[in-house]
Parts: sequence; structure tokens; C-alpha cells
Amino acid sequence: MLGRLTVEAIPLYSWVAMGGALVTLGGGLAVFLLITYLRAWKVLWTDWMTSVDHKKIGIMYVVLALVMLVRGFVDALMMRAQQAIALNSEGYLPPEHFEQIFSSHGTIMIFFVAMPFLTGLINIIVPQQIGARDVAFPFLNSVSLWLTAAGAGLVLVSLVIGKFSTAGWTGYPPYSGIEYNPGVGVDYWIWALAVSGIGSTLSGINFIVTIVKNRCPGMTYMRMPLFTWTTLCISVLIAFAFPALTVVAVQLALDRTLGFHFFTNGDGGNMMMFANLLWIWGHPEVYILVLPAFGIFSEVVATFSRKRLFGYKSLVYATACIAILSFTVWLHHFFTMGSSANVNAVFGIATMIIAVPTGVKIFDWLFTMYRGRIEFHPAMVYTIGFMVTFVIGGVTGVLLALPPADYLMHNSTFLVAHFHNMLIPGALFGYFAGLNYWFPKAFGFKLNAKWGIRSFWFWLIGFYLAFMPLYVLGFMGMSRRMEHYADPNWQPYLIVAAIGALCVLCGIACIGIQLYVSAKNWGSARDVTGDPWNGRTLEWATSSPPAAYNFAIVPEVRDVDAFHDMKIQGTAYQSPLQYEDIVMPKSSGIGPILGALAFVLGFAMVWYIWWLAALCLVLCLVCAGVRACDDNSDFVIPASEVARLENARLAQITPADMHDMRDFMPRGAASGSVLQGRV
Amino acid sequence: MTAQRLFYRSLKPILISGTIGTTLFLQGCGISDAPVLFPKGPIALAQRDLLFTAFGLMMIVAIPAIFLTFYFVWRYRRSNQGVSYTPDWEGSWKIETVVWLVPAAIIVVLGTLVWDSTHNLDPYKELAADKPAFRVQAVALDWKWLFIYPELGFASVNELAFPQDRPLSIEITSDTVMNSLMIPALGGQIYAMAGMRTEMNLLASEPGVFNGRNTMFSGDGFSDQHFKAHAMSEADFTTWKKKVSESSGVLDAKYYLDLHAQSTANPVTYYSSYEPGLFDLILRKYAPVMGPYESEAAELICRGAA
Repeated sequence: MLGRLTVEAIPLYSWVAMGGALVTLGGGLAVFLLITYLRAWKVLWTDWMTSVDHKKIGIMYVVLALVMLVRGFVDALMMRAQQAIALNSEGYLPPEHFEQIFSSHGTIMIFFVAMPFLTGLINIIVPQQIGARDVAFPFLNSVSLWLTAAGAGLVLVSLVIGKFSTAGWTGYPPYSGIEYNPGVGVDYWIWALAVSGIGSTLSGINFIVTIVKNRCPGMTYMRMPLFTWTTLCISVLIAFAFPALTVVAVQLALDRTLGFHFFTNGDGGNMMMFANLLWIWGHPEVYILVLPAFGIFSEVVATFSRKRLFGYKSLVYATACIAILSFTVWLHHFFTMGSSANVNAVFGIATMIIAVPTGVKIFDWLFTMYRGRIEFHPAMVYTIGFMVTFVIGGVTGVLLALPPADYLMHNSTFLVAHFHNMLIPGALFGYFAGLNYWFPKAFGFKLNAKWGIRSFWFWLIGFYLAFMPLYVLGFMGMSRRMEHYADPNWQPYLIVAAIGALCVLCGIACIGIQLYVSAKNWGSARDVTGDPWNGRTLEWATSSPPAAYNFAIVPEVRDVDAFHDMKIQGTAYQSPLQYEDIVMPKSSGIGPILGALAFVLGFAMVWYIWWLAALCLVLCLVCAGVRACDDNSDFVIPASEVARLENARLAQITPADMHDMRDFMPRGAASGSVLQGRV
Repeated sequence: MTAQRLFYRSLKPILISGTIGTTLFLQGCGISDAPVLFPKGPIALAQRDLLFTAFGLMMIVAIPAIFLTFYFVWRYRRSNQGVSYTPDWEGSWKIETVVWLVPAAIIVVLGTLVWDSTHNLDPYKELAADKPAFRVQAVALDWKWLFIYPELGFASVNELAFPQDRPLSIEITSDTVMNSLMIPALGGQIYAMAGMRTEMNLLASEPGVFNGRNTMFSGDGFSDQHFKAHAMSEADFTTWKKKVSESSGVLDAKYYLDLHAQSTANPVTYYSSYEPGLFDLILRKYAPVMGPYESEAAELICRGAA
């Protein structure tokens, strides 16, 4: 009846594991009680969970990412603590537990922090940047969110019921095969990836169509903001790369549950196929994570340098080059597998070529700052920290792209330091910059800048303390994933790295405090105009937070910096002669229901509860059928209601709220306020 | 702008404490025995030199990028109103040409370097030397390394010895999950995979004892899966050969099954003889063709049944 699920699934084997389970359970219970206490269930369901509004979906994605960031960071702290003390000793974590922690850390950070964070920011911003009222497929968007949440749920549940994978976030067979890993851990990993991977694929398709089809008049491809461009590129990458991941996960599942031999040691299986397929997804994935951050940096650096973006076309072509090249380099993840010198050399050179467009981007941002008026807003400070730190990561990346050098550094902590050097400054700092930059757009008030700056310093210093020692340890011959070690020379470095992790903990705490303080004082930091930073792109033309329909009148764009242009021309904040009815998609409960079913389906597959899995699959199909037959999925916001909302908004804006645009005019040409609004 | 002031105010203490901390730290623990930086063989040396050359070349772009970031951030800060300001400047063909072509030129140089070095340092390539290579077969097991010496007819676990004046040629496979064999001071690393044979050619430039290990995570005993590699002078190697060939252990097919069982932190063990063709039998174990087996030993090793 319950497959292989028995009482033994409760993690009584170690106090640390039990503690983790209790914290997870306690956290879940606390959230449940809090919502019940606030009587918020109904609001949560009708206004949020069932919503197909891209802004609300985006916010839920970011909340998921922040919660999982804390969870994944606890793993990181535990690993740093273990390695700091485990010289010639077992430390406080037995190998089996340490292995689960490094596996879940990687899995969570990639799939359930970085992916939802970037998808969330894209969801909130991209439709507004292209002057659209929603994404192309709003309901599909909700399904994507809940499938991602279902995957995250599976990882969280593995902490309480059973164990997580011990095979690392890449899950290489044959170690992840049933012969060497008979427990449920790898199955949790597989189903978390498969379920959330489908969600990501659907998101990718959704945003390709949204950007191709839903741009407002005048918004040609070469007038799209850089963030939209990077989103388009990564959506194409997602649509092509994620199927490879889903397939490889399902193949491994077939090996494990049905005795197939895709990747087994014997019987014709071949583990090298897994490595190839995994990295055919995995390398584009790196750019899927990093390119949106590049988009954010591009927006932030122009806005806070008070200048047009330097080399817009160059940046667009560089982004496209990176996206295409990202599919040609996967083999550099396993130069040491014994390919011929010709193969290794070709992939090594292909990898280095990516450094060219990436370098160009850095210089384009630099020359955007050149002759600017730089303001040190937290978003800008994160951008500056990124530019300096990312260069170091790029250099170490090119070193690893030299196959003979890679023979020395592969699987070492040098490699660990390198990819954290790309993903923390390169991706996460970008998301944090985006959080600080676009928070007022989503919530209508600004984040506290002081705590933003503090979080930046803790993150930056913590990053250097945590990962520079790992570069050195790579030179000293330390492999990654070591639960203990015998070389006393390593320990001081690992202690410094642990201090770095504590520093990052303070950084995360600062972000928490920043959110709390800002929410507490929200009234004094309200964003009335919808344009708190004197922004340049179209998302700043909407109110903060935007109305459900974003734009009452679909705007017409004449320039890359569309809203900046409108402010200069005096066409911003104008009310039209008349409003029209707006058709918007209705909320739907089927998204969260599908997510819940996918979660139970994954759980049933992990524990071999076949009847339940079959039932969930049938119910999923029923849900899809019900939705497909629903012809009544839209509703109309009447013109009078639109007019009421818009007039109320415009009435609040006083000339004093508006930005002085004289700085931007040609020297001596302007006097007096250029901004002539309706008001 | 309070945040702005906070940013300025935090700069100074952070820079000072950072500089002091780094200096103290670097004095505290020297890295003079880091095997990658101070290799003990020509292959590792060539790999390291490549690392340094590439690093130096990239500094042509990296140093200006980092320097210009600091310089521009400082010079064009908002409070410095005296400097020029060009809000609508959107590009310059001259600058674009430089920022595309200079990195591209460096990559062309690095690319030729990659092509040549990858071929020169191909781990499969036999090394030119006065004396023939010393051949060893290495088998990754859970969680130890078995070394077979076909020239000498004996085997050892978790210890590798070879005459220093001859190139070392290692054939590698695995009788378990994927492993990766590495002796950082001599050069690095190639995967060990079941049913497949990989190869690595190394050379020690002086006698010495070097750390070697599996670098590919392989399970609970992974942390302890390391060994010492001894590059020996002729006299020392003769003594060592004598010691191993006089040891009592015999690695026949039956004993191999015991060795194959999972075990952690195995002590160094010597076997004065081994099952003939053991390495090939281990490879055959995972071949997609099934029996009939050519011998009882083959059946034992391939099917694992006693």
C-alpha cells in the first residue's frame, strides 16, 4: 500500500538530521499557524495562489527563492563548519550526512534559488518593459510556478521523510545508480528536477512567445531593453536545454526503477552518455542563470550613471553570441574523461571564445559609467562589486578552459571557487541588484538603502573570505566534497572560508532586516510616480504597484530608453482622451492543484507507491482537460473602472514628485522644467 | 543621501582591515609545498607554466578592467560635479573596436596555446625518454587503489612505487563507480571508468614521495581514498621490489573478490603475485558480451560469485 515507505523513513539516525527535520516541520507549522491566526487563507488562495497575474506570480517566485536561499545557505554553513574542524577527525557530520548536505546545497541553489529568483524578476518586469498587459500564456505561467514549487517541496520533504541524494547536484552515475545508491535519496533528486524542469521549460516557451508576440507598437527588437533581450536569449536556451535535463533525469529513473541500462556499469550502459547529456543542459544553464543578471546590471548601470547605455547594439550581439556559444562548450566539464587531444582542444578554444563577448560586456558597462553621474544606490553598488569580482572569476574560468591546466584543477576546490565566483557575483548579485531596483515597482515603496549597502558589504567580503582560500586550496591539492582530510596546512584556509560563510550569513540577515525595516516604514518611502529612480525603460511608466492591466493605454515607443524619451518629450503621465475596456485572464485554481498533484506524483514515485502515482497522473490529465474545455477564462475591466483607477493615480502625482530632466538636455538648451505633465 | 555616505564611510575601514588581514594570513601559512604551484615533474611543470602564461596574458584585459572600474566609479561619482557629463553618448566605434579586438586577439594567442599544449600534454602521449616507460595498471576500488606491476609480476594497494629515471605509464580502469586518478605534483588526472581503459603518462624529475588520490566523489570512503606515490632511485627501487616480492599476500581471483568489497582507509598491502591477466579480466567484467568464460578465475571475477 505504501510502497517502501515505512517508519524507518523518519531521520532518527543522527541528531543533526533529526534537528533539520524538526526545523523544517516547525517552520512549516509556524507558517501554517501564522496564516491561520491572520485568517489569511482565503486571501492567500483567491488573491495569490490562484492568480495568473504575472506580477503576483513573479513575487511568489521571488519569495520561494528567498526561502530556499536560507535553506540552501544553512547547508553551506554546515559544510564550512564541518571542513573547518575535520582535520584528521570525523567532525560533527558522518560522511553520509555530509554527502546529503553538499548534494542538496547545489540542487537547491541552482534549481530552487537561482531559477525561481530570475524567473520571478523576469515575470514581474519583462511584460512591463515591452508594454504588454500580461505574458502570452498567463495560466501556463501559473502552472510553471506551481511545478517549481512542487519540486522545491520534494527537496524539503526529503529532509523529514527519508534522505536526500548523496550523489552531488550533478548525480553522476554509476554512483547514482540503483546498484551503488539503493535508497530514496537519488529518486528525490530525480523527481525534484524532473517536475521543476518541466515548469522551467514551460516558462521558457512562455517568455519566447511573450517577447516575440506581445511587444507594444514601436518596440522593435533593437529597441528592447537589455533585460528583455537577455530574457529572450535565456528563454530560447531554456526551451532547448531543459528537455535534455528532463530526458536524462527520466533515463536515470528508468535505470533505477525499471532496471534499464542507460548508464549502468555493465550490460551496455554508458555513464559517459549521462555526463554529455547532463552538461548539454548544464552549460547553457550557467548562462541561463547569468545572462538575466547581465540584463539587470545593464539597466542599473545606465539608470544610476544617469546616462544612456554605452554600446547597446554591442551588448545585444554579445548576449546573442554567448547564448549560441553556450551550446558548443559542454565537454569542458569533463576534459579528464579521456577524449582525444583534438576534441579537448576544440572545446577548450570554444570555451575561451565566450570570454570575448563577456569581456565586451564588462567594458560596455564601464564606458556607461564613463562621463556619468554615478549614484551609489544598493543596486549600483552590487553592480560595481560584480564587475570587479566577476573579472577574477572570468580569468579563472579561462584557466580551467585550458585542457592541460584543467587536468590539474578539475574536481579541486579551485573549481568550486571558480563556479561560485561566477554564480555569486555574476548571478546572485544581479538578482539582489534587481531586488533593490525593482522592489518599489512590485510593492509601491522603496527598500531601505542603508541595510542594502550593509548587505552588500557583508556579501562581498564574505564572498572573498569564503572563496579565495578555496582557490589556494586547489593549488594545494584539495579535492572537492571531502568530509575530512589529513593535511594540517589546509585547515587555516578552511577556517577563513568558514568565517567568510558567517559573514555571508550577516549579509543574508541584513537583507531580512532590510525587508522588515522597509515594510515597517513603508509609508515614508512610497513611490507615487511609479518611477522612483528616474528610470529609462518602459516598466517605470506604470504605477507602483502596477494595475492588473499594467498599461491603461498600450504605449507607443520611439527609443531604446522609451520612458526616458517620454519624460523628455513631456508625454509621460498624460491621460488619454478616452479609456477602453480591457480583457484580462481570470484566476484559476488549476495551477496550484496541478502543482500539488505533481508533488504527490513525485513523492509516490520516490517511494514506489504505484497506485498513487497512477492516480495523480490521471488527475493531472483530468485537470488539463477541464482547463482545456473552459471557454470562460477571461473577464473585462470596464473603461469606466480603468478611468477611475488611472485618474486616481495621476491625481496623486504632483510636479514635485517628478524628476528634473534638465540634466539630460544638451548643454545650454534647457531652462525650466522640461517635464510638462498633465498635472 | 544617507546610503551614499554609508558607502563612502565603510570604504576606509574595510580596505585597511582587509590589507592587514591578508598580510598576516599569507605570512601565517606559507604555500611553499602546494603541489600544483611547485611541481616535481616536467608534465606538471608544463601544465603549471601554461597556467601562469595564460594568467599573465589575461591580465592584459583584467587589470585595465578592474582598474578602470575603480577609477570611473571614483571619478564619475555624482558628488564630483566638475567632470564632464555626456548623458546621451551611446557608443564609439573606436572603443567598440578595441574592446572586441583586444580580447579576441588574446583569445587567438591563447587558442593556439590551447591547441599546441593540449596535443603536447595529451595524457595518452608516451613520453620521450632514454629509458622505456615503466608500466603500471591502476584499478579504482571502493575506496582504495590497486596497482598492478605487469613487468614485475606483483601488485600493491594504496602505494605506488616506480623508478624515478623512467617515465611512468599508467593504464587505468575502475571496478566500481567513476573515479579520477591524480598525483598533483606529477601532473593531473584522468577518469577511471568501469569497462573502459584510460591512460596517463607522467614523469618525476627527482626522487620523492608524492600524494595521490581519487578526486571524483565516489561514496562514504572517498575522503580516505588517497595513496603515496614513491619515485625511487635505482637502489631504493630494488629494495622495494624485494620487499614486495617477498610479501606473503597472493592476489588470486578469490582473494580479489575480498579486496573488491567496500572498505575504508585500507593500509598499504603488498601481493607477491596476482591472477594472470587480472586487469583485462576486470575490464571484461563490464563488457556487454557474456560468457562462456575462459577460466574459473574469469568467471569468479566477472560474476562475483564465490
